Amino acid sequence: MKMLKSTLAVVAAAAALGLTGFAQAGAKLDAIQKKGFIQCGVSDGLPGFSVPDASGKIQGIDADFCRAVAAAVFGDATKVKFSQLNAKERFTALQSGEIDILSRNTTWTSSRDASMGLVFPGFVTYYDGVGFLANSKLGVKSAKELDGATICIQAGTTTELNVSDYFRANNLKYTPITFDTSDESAKSLESGRCDVLTSDKSQLYAQRSKLASPKDYVVLPETISKEPLGPVVARGDEDFSTIVRWVGYALLNAEEAGVTSKNVEAEAKSTKNPDVARLLGADGDYGTQLKLKKDWVVQVVKQVGNYGEMFEKNLGAGTPLEIARGQNALWNAGGIQYAPPVR
Amino acid sequence: MTSHTFKPDMPPPSKVFGPVAWMRQNLFSSWINTLLTLFAIYLIWLVVPPLLSWAIFDANWVGTTRADCTKAGACWVFIEQRFGQFMYGYYPQALRWRVDLTVWLAIIGVAPLFIKVMPRKAIYGLSFLFIYPIVAYFLLHGGVFGLDQVATSQWGGLMLTLVIATVGIAGALPLGVVLALGRRSEMPAIRVMCVTFIEFWRGVPLITVLFMSSVMLPLFLPEGMNFDKLLRALIGVILFQSAYVAEVVRGGMQAIPKGQYEAAAAMGLGYWRRMGLVILPQALKLVIPGLVNTVIALFKDTSLVIIIGLFDLLNSVKQAAADPKWLGMATEGYVFAALVFWIFCFGMSRYSMHLERKLDTGHKR
Repeated sequence: MKMLKSTLAVVAAAAALGLTGFAQAGAKLDAIQKKGFIQCGVSDGLPGFSVPDASGKIQGIDADFCRAVAAAVFGDATKVKFSQLNAKERFTALQSGEIDILSRNTTWTSSRDASMGLVFPGFVTYYDGVGFLANSKLGVKSAKELDGATICIQAGTTTELNVSDYFRANNLKYTPITFDTSDESAKSLESGRCDVLTSDKSQLYAQRSKLASPKDYVVLPETISKEPLGPVVARGDEDFSTIVRWVGYALLNAEEAGVTSKNVEAEAKSTKNPDVARLLGADGDYGTQLKLKKDWVVQVVKQVGNYGEMFEKNLGAGTPLEIARGQNALWNAGGIQYAPPVR
Repeated sequence: MTSHTFKPDMPPPSKVFGPVAWMRQNLFSSWINTLLTLFAIYLIWLVVPPLLSWAIFDANWVGTTRADCTKAGACWVFIEQRFGQFMYGYYPQALRWRVDLTVWLAIIGVAPLFIKVMPRKAIYGLSFLFIYPIVAYFLLHGGVFGLDQVATSQWGGLMLTLVIATVGIAGALPLGVVLALGRRSEMPAIRVMCVTFIEFWRGVPLITVLFMSSVMLPLFLPEGMNFDKLLRALIGVILFQSAYVAEVVRGGMQAIPKGQYEAAAAMGLGYWRRMGLVILPQALKLVIPGLVNTVIALFKDTSLVIIIGLFDLLNSVKQAAADPKWLGMATEGYVFAALVFWIFCFGMSRYSMHLERKLDTGHKR
């Protein structure tokens, strides 16, 4: 999620020098339609977001988002090829045109949006933020009670800064112990070297499932920083970034309307709800306005599922990660996932 | 007449012969040795039994999911389930026979070189060196003769490690020898060029070379023009390693007495024959340990390709351990990777010792 400062400087310098060509509006979409698949950049292994399974198929919510875009553009969710990228090379891959869309747990920030020849279409796949994982024996219910605690942090991440800001703002004392890898810090939490472990919340759940007895550890309710993770595309093709944005919104709208992969075809034929009819293309011409087919949402939901289904399949209670919806619930269910309407 | 019969020899006293004596001499010869021995035994007792019970006795060998790992020890089920991935990466399952065939061809192709009575070994060896890489490339990459194309982004695991290591060495050895000759050349232009090349590539870490090839290079190419990531990495590895090989070979050439150069010249041999027939055969033989050292270092360095998102053996293991279904299995994965690396590196070092003995012509001091 975090990027080395130096890489940022290099990439920014390259972008400033104008080394990345700027395509004309629609050119990217045309190129994608011509080659017949979407090249999607994902992480090199992050549980629940993008990680290959035993057969080599990439699983996770980031990968599924790319499949959804493919389903919208081609009507076929399998027309996507994945490039596994590490944090350092992800933006270069996008700038050089090696990939069409970067869906790799990338935090949406102003500097990334403004200065690197990239643009965040605006859909947030997952609202993340720094949190704490504590041994339940401590009896701590809130991060505010962590005065004097020993905290395991992964070195070189912005988490370090976030934690120090938070503790200073709340006038609490703490002792940091920094580790190089997440495996090491998980082991130290288990052996009792530190009281709590801090990282992005999505990671904390993965860390917890690594421990010998995950039930003995709780993720504290506080989120002390904002890390909205979403897809990124190259600047210069408004048509394509609009499609990416609206695929995301369609996933949310489908969940909100109760349209799932199981009932989507029946709903498309026989729905009485005008909102659903517009969403699924039974009424109006909203798909063609986006330069897609009329039934694009039907294809997306049928082949990939709505946002809720994607979340449950990759991150939810049925998976080893057991992440609660929290902020990622719909706006009318206590979360902040809100999509503008299709009309 | 009485015949004198000798009594049979008495056995040597147990104090100077046999296991007890050996132990007395080597392990308990002084109080400090005794103390060290006891301490070492204590350490072994501390480490080995728990290790054995973790790795073997308490380990889980059968099953298909993480839930089958009920015993306290290692969960080798993880390795069994992901073995294909560790070996071939994401190479399509149905096409993995092509990788196997490539390896078998290498083994079968090299085998005759080890038969002592085989005639025309040099010609056979050279033609193998030229033909095999082409065959291997088409087998692995496909795209011709009705073989499906497998993009290099799908290559991975041990296969990728071996590809990088063998191509790296096969490219770096000849280039390194040429550079070493160039550095000792009497022509200033060539000498300066070679020195600059060697010092430049030795002056940067491999990780930087890989990073530049993968992250910076695409920025300088026109948009939409990409060359293969693996190819970029291979070129980087070859250039980098050739600088090291050059210095090792140069060391060998310096060890050859001046008389050899002069004798070769006195026989009327030209530069290339002087080097090829007299100097290099002796120099290369001298530096076998150094060369093998470079080879082993390269083999282990292949795991640095993690920085550019290629999935060699170690990176495949790391990635498989990130699968939510197998979280917490990192230890087993790393132990497995270490074992595979050790087998290869140990094999190489034994082979180099064998080579040294075989090529020994009595120059050892």
